[in-house]
Amino acid sequence: MNHSNLQAPLSVSGLTVAYQKKPVLRNVSFEVPEGKLIGIVGPNGAGKSTMIKAILGLLPRVSGEVEIYGKRYQDMRKSVGYVPQRESVDWDFPTNALDVVMMGRYGHLGWFKRPGTKERDMAMDCLAKVGMKEFAHRQISQLSGGQQQRVFLARALAQHADLYFMDEPFVGVDAMTERAIITLLNELKAQGKTVLVVHHDLATVREYFDWVMLLNVELVAYGPTEDVFTKSLLHQTYGGRLAVFDQEDGAVLVESR
Amino acid sequence: MTLLSWSVLTDPNTQWILIGCMLLGLMSGIIGSFTYLRKQSLIGDTLAHAALPGICIAFMLTGVKSLPLFFLGAFVSGLLATLLITVITRYTRIKADAAMGIVLSVFFGIGIVLLTHIQHSSYGNQSGLDKFLFGQAASMIASDVYTMIGVSAVIVIASSLLFKEFKLLSFDPGFARGLGFPVGFLEQLLMFFTVMTVIVGIQAVGVVLVAALLITPAVAARYWTDRLGLMVVLSGLFGAISGVIGTLISTTTSNLPTGPLSVLAATVVFVFSVLFAPQRGVCAKAVRRIRNNRAIRMAEHVREIQHSPVYSKEESL
Repeated sequence: MNHSNLQAPLSVSGLTVAYQKKPVLRNVSFEVPEGKLIGIVGPNGAGKSTMIKAILGLLPRVSGEVEIYGKRYQDMRKSVGYVPQRESVDWDFPTNALDVVMMGRYGHLGWFKRPGTKERDMAMDCLAKVGMKEFAHRQISQLSGGQQQRVFLARALAQHADLYFMDEPFVGVDAMTERAIITLLNELKAQGKTVLVVHHDLATVREYFDWVMLLNVELVAYGPTEDVFTKSLLHQTYGGRLAVFDQEDGAVLVESR
Repeated sequence: MTLLSWSVLTDPNTQWILIGCMLLGLMSGIIGSFTYLRKQSLIGDTLAHAALPGICIAFMLTGVKSLPLFFLGAFVSGLLATLLITVITRYTRIKADAAMGIVLSVFFGIGIVLLTHIQHSSYGNQSGLDKFLFGQAASMIASDVYTMIGVSAVIVIASSLLFKEFKLLSFDPGFARGLGFPVGFLEQLLMFFTVMTVIVGIQAVGVVLVAALLITPAVAARYWTDRLGLMVVLSGLFGAISGVIGTLISTTTSNLPTGPLSVLAATVVFVFSVLFAPQRGVCAKAVRRIRNNRAIRMAEHVREIQHSPVYSKEESL
């Protein structure tokens, strides 16, 4: 899909989300450049997942505007892909990996129409991209955590979106899956797609992401990784809960809970 | 004995009951699959119990026994009950299961009070309303069965047209919402179908037992397959068979009640499934475990022999 280069893939302004009375996300504004991998980092309860869900309209927002390529999200759904947290579904559901991936095509299919050969082939392609082709007909409860995560990723690929949101895709996966995911992210980037990833492991932020967003209810810092992922800004984000050990010019980070 | 049973079946009344119970089992099996997978099995039970005061009030207001009116009453009170559950879970610290328990018993209590009131007052045509507690399939007449044919046709058609949407809703509602499907509307639609099934089923099975027909066939069907489509079909089939068996036993042997017998038939299907289903069944699992253990023991044994000093000595000789 071709979008005007003038419009940012995602622009958020004044986003506030509250559970009951307490805001869990306060007045967050930012604009996402095209073709970048962006890590969203912050302590537990910082509102990382909440922000993604509020942008996608899965949670009600108190205030704030969201624009996708300069248009309302409702009109741009087909350009947006979403990988929810793996634990958000019951994996004992009676279906197989291929079927889950085909769900990525449901939005394009529209009402009543059933997925056919075309959707099946697309889903197979996406499974192959995450190295899961041979598991296509495996019941989803028989997959390991990493394999389940890759199925979710393949489902998002099947959406053929330009802007992706991924909610903690690296949590609880094996090293092989982590590699597979990061390879895929770089492939998406090479195709000019934009990916926002909620991320937990501070040690890999520098390696994985072009841009970083530091979030703790409010937006602490946002920009290219080398500018933002600094000791002082991280201290500001995590408060006293973070121990940073200097090591030559870089820093080894240990999150203490 | 067999002669007697087949002669009973030629009776048109029995045929209506047979068709009615079969359709009831079919639709509750289909809708039950989705409610079960959405972990809302108890909602059916709550709706059924909540229907009782609605039915009583509908009768008290109009003084007539008519299924569409009862449907309206039950629908309104069912709606009120689900609304109450939502309010309780959202604004208090009470969890959904406790909220359902509270709402279910309150509504049922009100229903029983109203029912007793009706029976002790001068309503002319009140006889039979108490049958809604445990159901009385024998009271089904042709027009009731026509209603059931209509409702089950709507449910079968809607579930096959919206199969993809219901599947996504049951598996990952968040993703469905992200894709732009009106999740709230689909949820309400499923709830509406559940209410319809429950109300249609109350006459035959009663408010106390109707939830069993929603839950049991679906759980049994889940044992036989890992595909949703097949599960829904099987569940409908199990429900229909249970209805037929319940009716057959009740009409042919003695004056046992049809509804409870259908529920028991469904339970037999369920127990059989738990025990003998090919992949997930208890027996299949036990056999797999025994075979597995034996294979591992054999492998270990071979390893031991290979690594034992005796073996190595003989080897070196």
